Amino acid sequence: MNTPTASFQPDRPKRLIMQGITKQYPGCLANDSIDIDIGVGEIHALLGENGAGKSTLMKIIYGLVKPDAGEITWEGDKIRIKDPAHARKLGIGMVFQHFSLFETLTVTENIALALGDEAKDMKVLAEKIRTVSARYGMALNPDRYVHSLSVGERQRVEIVRCLVQDIRLLILDEPTSVLTPQEVDTLFVTLRRLAEEGCSILFISHKLNEVKALCHRATVLRAGHVSGACLPTEEDASSMARMMVGDETPISMAYDKVQGQDIFLQIRGLSRISEDPFGVDLKNINLDVHAGEIVGIAGVAGNGQEELLAALSGEDIIKNHDAIHFPCGPVGNLSPEKRRGKGLAFVPEERLGRGAVPDMSLKDNALLTGFLTGLIKNGMIDHESTDSFAKKIIKKFKVKTPNSGTHAKSLSGGNLQKFIIGREIMQNPRLLIAAHPTWGVDIGAATAIHQALIELRDNGAAILIVSEDIDELFQISDRLCALCDGALSPIKPAPSTTVEEVGRWMAGIFDTDVCDDELFDKKSVSAQATATAVQTH
Amino acid sequence: MFLKLVPRAEHSRKMAYLSPLLAGVLTLVTGGIFFYLQGHDPLFALKTMLYTPISDTYGLAELCVKTAPILLCAIGLAIVFKAQVWNIGAEGQLLMGGLTASALAVNIIEVEAAWALPVVMLAGIAGGALWALLAAWLKTHFNANEILTTIMFNYIALNLLIFSVHGPLKDPDGYNFPESALFGDASLLPILVEDTRVHAGILFALLAVVIIWVLLARSFIGFQIKVLGLDASAARLAGFKDKKLVWIAMLISGGLAGLAGAGEVAGPLGQLVPQISPGYGYAAIIVAFLGRLHPVGILFASLLMALIYMGGEMAQIELNMPLAITGLFQGMLLFYLLACDVLIGYKIKFPWSGVKTVTSRVEQQ
Repeated sequence: MNTPTASFQPDRPKRLIMQGITKQYPGCLANDSIDIDIGVGEIHALLGENGAGKSTLMKIIYGLVKPDAGEITWEGDKIRIKDPAHARKLGIGMVFQHFSLFETLTVTENIALALGDEAKDMKVLAEKIRTVSARYGMALNPDRYVHSLSVGERQRVEIVRCLVQDIRLLILDEPTSVLTPQEVDTLFVTLRRLAEEGCSILFISHKLNEVKALCHRATVLRAGHVSGACLPTEEDASSMARMMVGDETPISMAYDKVQGQDIFLQIRGLSRISEDPFGVDLKNINLDVHAGEIVGIAGVAGNGQEELLAALSGEDIIKNHDAIHFPCGPVGNLSPEKRRGKGLAFVPEERLGRGAVPDMSLKDNALLTGFLTGLIKNGMIDHESTDSFAKKIIKKFKVKTPNSGTHAKSLSGGNLQKFIIGREIMQNPRLLIAAHPTWGVDIGAATAIHQALIELRDNGAAILIVSEDIDELFQISDRLCALCDGALSPIKPAPSTTVEEVGRWMAGIFDTDVCDDELFDKKSVSAQATATAVQTH
Repeated sequence: MFLKLVPRAEHSRKMAYLSPLLAGVLTLVTGGIFFYLQGHDPLFALKTMLYTPISDTYGLAELCVKTAPILLCAIGLAIVFKAQVWNIGAEGQLLMGGLTASALAVNIIEVEAAWALPVVMLAGIAGGALWALLAAWLKTHFNANEILTTIMFNYIALNLLIFSVHGPLKDPDGYNFPESALFGDASLLPILVEDTRVHAGILFALLAVVIIWVLLARSFIGFQIKVLGLDASAARLAGFKDKKLVWIAMLISGGLAGLAGAGEVAGPLGQLVPQISPGYGYAAIIVAFLGRLHPVGILFASLLMALIYMGGEMAQIELNMPLAITGLFQGMLLFYLLACDVLIGYKIKFPWSGVKTVTSRVEQQ
């Protein structure tokens, strides 16, 4: 989606050199003698799956974590970064994946808080914010309250917060995961501009096409150590994916697209005013999910996904019971338990703390939603059947765990997600609703989860997937739509739409039929499908 | 140079069981030092407190008498605490149970039929349960913090009790003492061992232990209560009715505390008096945690707590210590338990072993 950036110049002076960085956490070696160097004006990618040690490494650079061993050289001097304040003084800025902004304050106030004494006069600062944001192509009104900003705009606040200071190294942690494809392009323009001016950028990601489009060099981490370094422009996505996951793991594949049969889930005119002052109101949502198809809902987090999912799961009861229909009748007023009885299975976004109880065994977690499948007799738990149910899930979905008595919290994210999805699928649902099914899951587990979903679809279940990962949605969905500010876009079969169109839907531009013909180009679609096939996560 | 606390990768199960024992030992040691500073032989003083009271059959029987109300309150608290509902009001629920049981019992003094006792006990259960449900209602409807409401209800219950023995329930032939009339024989709990005061209340308590054990370990309601306590949003997602579970847990907890109160007035006391509980309901909180909210653990912890009550009395008689000694030992026990519980999630790193362990672990990798 972007043209590769200007060629890399290896003779650039080094801004940051890290050698032999090691950090041990209880039970896990997060960083194992990592070497990495970043030049002046270089955009350097740090690639790796979740748990590869990316976050630890950047926290060490930002002074949040102290390494057990290793040397850090900053602009030629050996230093020890004491804390984030020290890092900021050196000119290191960081944009976290989860923003740390006060929603009830304005943009200027938020930035002033971060600057501390340097903030000085608020009017001067506001003017400075205006200039800086205009200069780097990031429109931002300093007087607006943060709660009224979109996620993309909030990210701009975080970036501008770094830029109003003398910035020499900008660290971005998965910055694109919260953006629409169009916003990603804008961000990349800004980052290239910054780099041209000599600022070094450490770009942390697991999205290979973005790394290819933006970065000069890449360092790949796997299980805490450097598994490879490369020039992204000279690699293809699959060779970088191999460096990330190793040789053993299968990389995901393309699946057939199908047409569904009868309608199972029917949503008609679903509106709901959010009780949370910062929540999103659902606006007249209409959607059908047929048996035997996967419908994907794209969208940037915080656009009504939580509210829609809560209305569908039954955690929120809606006044207009007719808005949600199963074949057996309206279900909008039924409790989660009753909806499960009518064929619903549900995989929530937070796997630990909602999908599974952290301090309970897998066996008890199997019972958590599996209690309707004959595991309860006269109010008493049938421990034997529960245990064999848990063991069946573990076996069928290849959950790596010592036994069914292991606590959910000691499983890795991918393994736990396999268990949760397995638990839902093993109940033979007629409708499965899954939020972010592979978020933070390693590639091997993600592939297994995708295959399980496709298999469930082929067995005739209706499936609704809500995800922020556009590539994943294109890969497994049969039909696609997007949610923006609580409203649902038009829905189209996945092969007849494009990433660009879905991106516009995510930004709230639903009226795209006009330019549809120009965009609908068979070639670009099939190219997309190929790119998707090697897509990781 | 200093000891450092390092987080453990996983909570230590061993430590979870060792912690109460360690707390007990530390309480004994501190208690010993305390006695020594007061000019007593520490070993003799501890023996006087913790062994002498139960050195004969009568003492063992008294231990059961004291254990019954503590155990009933604590086993009920196990349920609510598992649901993360912090009912601090077992004391008030016990008093209300005693009050309602007495209110019924003094009106059926003449009745000799067998139904008198069960009805008195049920009245006590109802009194305690209703008192707890009041707090449950405030919590589920107004989101009122149950810690605050149950504590306040304790004082209301105490004052209602005092009002009753000075007013409506005062024995008309009692020379104006603040006491109710003596209950009829049919309303009194039978004595289990002759020449002692040990009554059927301890059987109720043991039965409650078994029932609650089954409820927590085997029943689906118990499972739902545990899920609610560990992870409320998982419970909501699974469709467990959280308000209903809070009501059920409070109902059981309050009912058992009420039964404890009824057992006191219909057992060793035989009438309603202003002091039916020396803080059994509060001690039960310590007992519930000391017993790790597990029925068997709570059984042993209750016996220990009952012993501390008896030891406190013995220390008054033999060592001329003030009654505060009981509270002191209870407080130390809770204090040390909370301190030792830190070791479940953390381990102590000694200054001389610190660097080595890190490097050796790195080498292993």
